[in-house]
Amino acid sequence: MSGMSKIVKTSVNILFPLTMIFGLYVIAHGHLTPGGGFQGGAIVASGCAMIVVAYGSKWVFKQIKEKRLSSFESIGGVGFITVALLGLVFSSVFFGNFLAGSNLLFGTTPATGSTGADFNTGGVLPLMNFAVGVKVIAGLFVIVLVMAYASSVKEWDT
Amino acid sequence: MNIIDVLIEQSPALIIAIPLLGAFLMPLVSRINSTVRNIFGLLVLCLTGFFVGILASDVLANGPRLYIFGAKDLAVPMVRILFEVDSMSIFMALITMVLAFITLIYSWSFMKDHDGLDKYYTLVLLLITSTLGMELTGDIFNFFVFLEISCIASCALIAFWISEGEALEAAFKYIVVSAIGALFVLFAIGLLYAQYNALNIATLANVLKYTFLDKIILVLLLVVLGMKAGLVPMHMWLPDSYGRAPPSVTLIIMGATLASFYGVLRVIFTLYGNVLSTTMRFSIPLNVLVGWILITLAIISIIVGVAMALVQSDFMRLIGFSAVAEVGYMFLAIGAGIAALGTPYATTALQGGILHLLNDALDIGLLFLVAGAVYYITKKRSLDDISGLARNMKYTTVFFVIGLLAVVGMPPLNGFASKFLIYESVYQLNPILSIVAILCSILMLAVFVKVFYAVFMGPELPAFKNVTEAPRSMLLAMGVVAALMIFIGLFPNLVIDALVKPAADALLNHAQYIGTVVGGV
Repeated sequence: MSGMSKIVKTSVNILFPLTMIFGLYVIAHGHLTPGGGFQGGAIVASGCAMIVVAYGSKWVFKQIKEKRLSSFESIGGVGFITVALLGLVFSSVFFGNFLAGSNLLFGTTPATGSTGADFNTGGVLPLMNFAVGVKVIAGLFVIVLVMAYASSVKEWDT
Repeated sequence: MNIIDVLIEQSPALIIAIPLLGAFLMPLVSRINSTVRNIFGLLVLCLTGFFVGILASDVLANGPRLYIFGAKDLAVPMVRILFEVDSMSIFMALITMVLAFITLIYSWSFMKDHDGLDKYYTLVLLLITSTLGMELTGDIFNFFVFLEISCIASCALIAFWISEGEALEAAFKYIVVSAIGALFVLFAIGLLYAQYNALNIATLANVLKYTFLDKIILVLLLVVLGMKAGLVPMHMWLPDSYGRAPPSVTLIIMGATLASFYGVLRVIFTLYGNVLSTTMRFSIPLNVLVGWILITLAIISIIVGVAMALVQSDFMRLIGFSAVAEVGYMFLAIGAGIAALGTPYATTALQGGILHLLNDALDIGLLFLVAGAVYYITKKRSLDDISGLARNMKYTTVFFVIGLLAVVGMPPLNGFASKFLIYESVYQLNPILSIVAILCSILMLAVFVKVFYAVFMGPELPAFKNVTEAPRSMLLAMGVVAALMIFIGLFPNLVIDALVKPAADALLNHAQYIGTVVGGV
């Protein structure tokens, strides 16, 4: 797939950072608002898909290798299991929420009643959301990229 | 508390976590080189096998073991995901681990010349994870999640030889059938949750009232799990998938199939255990009705499997159809066990069925490994194109003869032990069933003698003049299976006393399974 016109590229340049920020926001606030790692990851990956459409898969393939994306995907998966195993180490139960209420990272106990959302809560949930987010971003992006690239290869042949 | 106690306590979670971690690490490790990748795979399986082993020794000695995810105690039992491991679960997990080890060792040589092997090993480890998860879980929604993982991983593995159109067709058929089936399971779980506000198998079994909806749920679960286990008339995906997947992974796909069979046992004996004696219309108890439906389907499976195997010319597809027949024998045994629940021969039938589960995995597994070795050497699938291989492939021929004799139930081998238990117990329920089963075993002998003659005997073809024996790791894998089969054949009592009897008792004693969870609150 080759690139599109200058108008499309400029619009994508403006929209891409906004999509990224929104996607990362959904991932980071997964424990407070609707959404989470998977949904936010899908938003970020759709932003990346926008780049593939506007600039063409060949150009994107020059910028980032599909192997690297698939390593990121593995790292996301490994991160998820590692957090679960850390729960086993620190609170002696698999998937144990060892950070909740510890006053460390994401360790504040939220106030009860009608309060504003406190970002620094949730224990291991945000960490797991990040891991899932990385996995979904890399996984969906690599699927879109490889499909776009493979269909463009077919174009060359005929 | 010493270290072994801690490890045993954590082992149900680690049995799932270690292969899952291994699956995600595999693409990263594969970047180093292929030797490191192979050793890493073996290491992951060894660790998992170690935990399965210590958990098995504990469960067999001390009864069911509970593992609660994310909390130390069962303060709110409804919302926690539980793993409940009893003798039946651990028996299945042991079978899965044996199949996993053999798959891995066999794959080293068999898949050596293919690329994309990092994905291959990732999928194999994922399939092992999901199979173990289905067997150990005590939560019915969790069961559905692992069922889905196993569908997707199996589908990708069936389509691994993507350049062959038939592999794609088989994988597509498999994923369509499985996805529809999984939706039915989800629907059934939704109905259960709507009625009882619980997803835990033990809690559900405790409160199940056998309403009209529960009848629908039973039918849905039995149909889908029966289909995933390969019961006629829903067997059509099985010969395609077994025949077209790389023979190295057929074993582990068979492990996933057997986990579905385990699901059938769990649904009937545990989930509906309390209501099995409920009287239905015309004063027929539920267990008799379900038992006879299963027996009918099982007899059709046996006949269809053997009859279709008789006319196949594709080596692996032929073994796929005989696998359908073997599944029929297992369902025949448990059907008889359910129909005659409470009588002594029902327990014998159940033990025969459970032992046959192990024997079927090993027998059909060995035949697939041999078929894989023949395919690896000759690159031919059709029986018409292969001939006279016994001259150059002596060990493979011997292994095929062992597999052949075992699968038809000849006395010195393992197939005899379980089939004899099935024949003698089913005979007491109805002699005709036993006679049909024995006749079909004889027909199976005819099928495999034909294959033996076609592949290994007969004139030497010029194309195969210089073929060599299969590589060493494949011979090792086949040798291990053959040795296990001979061992079980010679000392069936050891296996029956150590593993099969506790497993059958665990199934029949559903009060203990329920009490482990419900009594602990």
